[in-house]
Amino acid sequence: MKPGTLGAACLAVIRRDLTLSWRRRGDALNPVLFALVVVTLFPFALGPEPNQLARIAAGIVFVAILIAGVLALDSMFRSDCDDGALEQLVLSPHPLPLLLACKILVHWTTTALPLIVAAPLLAEMLHLQHAVLPVLLAALALATPLLSLLGAVCVALTVGMRRSGMLLALLVLPLYVPVLIFAAGACDAAQAGLPYLAPLLWLGAALVLALVLAPLACAAALRISIT
Amino acid sequence: MNKLTLWFHKFGSPPVFHRIGGLLAPWLFAAALVLMAVGLYGGLVLAPADYQQSDAYRIIFIHVPCAWMSLFIYFFMAANAFIALVWRIKISEILAMTSAPIGAAFTAITLATGALWGKPMWGTWWTWDARLTAELVLLFLYLGVIGLYHAIEDRRQAARAAGFLALVGVVNVPIVHFSVKWWNTLHQGSTVRLLGPSAIDSSMLWPLLVMALATKLWFFASLFVRARNDLVELEAGKDWARKVALGEGDGA
Repeated sequence: MKPGTLGAACLAVIRRDLTLSWRRRGDALNPVLFALVVVTLFPFALGPEPNQLARIAAGIVFVAILIAGVLALDSMFRSDCDDGALEQLVLSPHPLPLLLACKILVHWTTTALPLIVAAPLLAEMLHLQHAVLPVLLAALALATPLLSLLGAVCVALTVGMRRSGMLLALLVLPLYVPVLIFAAGACDAAQAGLPYLAPLLWLGAALVLALVLAPLACAAALRISIT
Repeated sequence: MNKLTLWFHKFGSPPVFHRIGGLLAPWLFAAALVLMAVGLYGGLVLAPADYQQSDAYRIIFIHVPCAWMSLFIYFFMAANAFIALVWRIKISEILAMTSAPIGAAFTAITLATGALWGKPMWGTWWTWDARLTAELVLLFLYLGVIGLYHAIEDRRQAARAAGFLALVGVVNVPIVHFSVKWWNTLHQGSTVRLLGPSAIDSSMLWPLLVMALATKLWFFASLFVRARNDLVELEAGKDWARKVALGEGDGA
C-alpha cells in the first residue's frame, strides 16, 4: 500500500499496537486470570451445589468478563497518552475516528478475544449446560466488541486523569446495562429452551450502530480531553 | 437586531445572567413554596382516599412530580450540554453542570419515596422492576456526570467532557428504558397522559399538576442560585466578579 494514504495509516496503527502488545504479551493474560479468579469466588460464596451454579452460570461468566473488560479499558489509551502518541494521532491529517476504530479493534483483539477463548473453561467450571455454550459464545462475540466500543468513548473522556479507575467504572457501567440484559437474556432463553435469536439479533443491531457511531463519539471525546 | 435576540444574547453574558438570576431566584423560590403548600394541601387533605390503596397512595404527590423532574432535568442538562459543545456558550456549560446535582437529588427522592410506597403496597422496599431499575441507572448516569465534572481540574474542559457524557447518556436513557421493560416489569403504567383522557380523577389530578409546576419552579430557582455561585467562581479574574465579591453593586 502506498505510504501516506488512509489505508496505510490504519495499517500502521494496527501494526504498531499489535507489536506493542506482542512485546508485552504477558499482559494479555491478565484479564483472563482476573475473570478466572472472579468465577472461582462464586462457588465459595454460593456453595458448590452444581444445579444452583448451573442455573446462574451464564450470568456469572458474563459479569466476570464484563468487569475484566472494564479493568482492561484503562490501558486502551494510557501509554499513548503518556508518551504523546495520542496527540500525534489527533493531529494527523487522516480521519481520527477511523484511526481510533483501528486502535479499538486491536484492543478488543488483545483483551476481549482471550476472554472469549477462555469462556468455555469458565462455563465448565460452573457446570453450564453444554447446549447453552454456543449461545453464550455467540452472545460474547457480539457483546464484547460492543463493550469495547462503548468503553472507548468513556475512556477517551477520562484519558488525561491519573487515577481514573473507579470513575471509569461509574461512567461505563450504566452504558453496559442494556448489553448485559440482552446478552444474558439470550443465554437465559436458551437455558429455558425458548427461542434465543431475538436478543442476539438486537445485540447485532446495536453492534452495527456502535461500529458506526462510537468511533465518531470517541474522537469527539478525545478532542475535548486533549486540548 | 430585534429585541428578543438582543435580550437572549444579553442573557448569555455572565454579569447580566448573574444580575437577572439574582432577581428571579427569590421570586421563583417563593412561588414554588406557595404552589407546594397549595399542592400538598390539595393532595394530602382535600383529595379523597384511593379505593384500593387508601391513604398510602398520597405519596404520589411527591413521587410522581419528582420522577417527572428527574427526566426533565436530564434532558435540560443534555440540551444545555449540546449548546455548550456546539456554540461554546459559557452560561450553558454552567447551567448543564449545575443542573446535574439537582437532577440527582430529584432522582434520589423519587427512589426513596418509591421505596416508602413500595413497602406497604408491594411488601418490599425494592424490587428489580423495569421502571425502578431505569430510574436507578438514571441516578448512576447523573453521578457519572457529576463525578467526571469534579475529576477534571480545568473547569471549562470538565464541563465539556461531562456534558459530552450527558449527551451519550441521552442516547442510553431510552435504550435502558426499553431493555429493562423487556427484561422485567411490575410497575403500573402511567395514569396521567398528555394526549387523551387521564385515568386519574380530577380531584387527584390538579394537586399533582400543581406539584409538578412547583417542582419545576423550585428547580429553576435552585439552578439560578447555584449557577450564580459557579459563575462568580469561574469568572474570578474578571472585574465584574471582583465587584460582586467585594459587594460593590451587582457587577452589571
